[in-house]
Amino acid sequence: MSEVRVLVGTRKGAFVLTSDGKRESWTVDGPHFAGWEIYHMKGSPADPNRIYASQTSGWFGQVVQRSDDGGATWNPVGNKFAYDGEAGTHQWYDGTPHPWEFKRAWHIEPSLTDPETVYAGVEDAALFRSADAGNSWQELPGLRRHGSGPHWQPGAGGMCLHTILLDPKDPKRMYIAISAAGAFRTDDGGETWKPINRGLRSEFIPDPTAEVGHCVHHIAMHPSRPGVLFMQKHWDVMRSDDAGDNWTEVSGNLPTDFGFAIDVHAHEPETIYVVPIKSDGEHFPLEGKLRVYRSRSGGNEWEPLTKGLPQENCYVNVLRDAMAVDSLDRCGIYFGTTGGQVYVSADAGDSWAPIVRDLPAVLSVEVQTLP
Amino acid sequence: MRVRILLPAHLRVLARVQGEVTVEVESATVRSVLDAVEARYPMLEGTIRDHTTKERRAFLRFFACEQDLSHEPPDAPLPEAVASGKEPLLVIGAVAGG
Repeated sequence: MSEVRVLVGTRKGAFVLTSDGKRESWTVDGPHFAGWEIYHMKGSPADPNRIYASQTSGWFGQVVQRSDDGGATWNPVGNKFAYDGEAGTHQWYDGTPHPWEFKRAWHIEPSLTDPETVYAGVEDAALFRSADAGNSWQELPGLRRHGSGPHWQPGAGGMCLHTILLDPKDPKRMYIAISAAGAFRTDDGGETWKPINRGLRSEFIPDPTAEVGHCVHHIAMHPSRPGVLFMQKHWDVMRSDDAGDNWTEVSGNLPTDFGFAIDVHAHEPETIYVVPIKSDGEHFPLEGKLRVYRSRSGGNEWEPLTKGLPQENCYVNVLRDAMAVDSLDRCGIYFGTTGGQVYVSADAGDSWAPIVRDLPAVLSVEVQTLP
Repeated sequence: MRVRILLPAHLRVLARVQGEVTVEVESATVRSVLDAVEARYPMLEGTIRDHTTKERRAFLRFFACEQDLSHEPPDAPLPEAVASGKEPLLVIGAVAGG
């Protein structure tokens, strides 16, 4: 019988939640790396027992951990993220030039085919790759050397590269997103990059339709259609049907189109999920009701999913990397909150139940579907 | 000479050690001691000092013999009591968080 393994990164450690395919009874293992911020954990699609974790601390900096036995044991691997050549400057919050300084790895993305290869998106925004299972890291400097780099500015959470999408049909193509520079695509394995922000409109920048400067919160893709992308921007839910070259807004009837997380159903490429958040000034659900919204039409028409979720006095947030799906039938949807709950829906969002209620604030959720 | 070092609890867990660690150095300075610690426990590289500049991370302090040595030059001799192993060099995580 299939099994699911949910990898949860929190403000104070990592947790591994496991269940059988029914997804009703759960085993909770953790905290691993107790007391450290675990920004992200993700397993290798090519070797599910290999899992990487980004472990960070304001005191002690960055550590990367790797498990080769499905999360039972861990070993620290390389933690040196040195920018290639002269680091240069980007814009600071006040518009002055500021040196690029490594702070932490926000997102770890293992290769789809090679368990030794893994990517890391870091703050200050850059993309790194390891070809030796995380023991050493090299920057892909073409991204930061894009001509717009000196003009990138940090978002409220820092200037982080938080989203990495690998195209399963074209190994040379990948997408990344940076707060608050926007989305970029490479078609040559990371040598060169182009901004893919046409169609985005952000009222908080001087030119609302500028080539860069947009606060993209997250992007999701269905592996069967890697040219179709769904984006939760600071405000606005967007889609692109041409690999990011053009975006159109699909916020439709959402009660608010601010939010962080977005994901796609494992078997229905036009079924997508978001968690609307009231505003950039009030990072909690509208009316104290935690509602996931589902669109079965790739956006525009949305339905609230509330069964099993708190519908009063709920003021948590759901962060950008804190939603994931499994590939069972029916598709399981998972998300974690800043209040420490991790919710699962084993019926594609129709109903929800908490797996755990009282973890530290959840930063990231990833799911592995195991045979 | 053998120098004793007491690491913060989180770094002891990371390095999988309990209590103090000791390292052998020819001359006891912050730099030589931390070089030796990192050589023996490579997972600690970057967690006490910056990988490249070797500057102390901002929220860590170096104490010994009831003195704050954090702002001493890294090649300054450590107190005799540390060099002789009578007292440990303390790596301290600053109290923060309110």
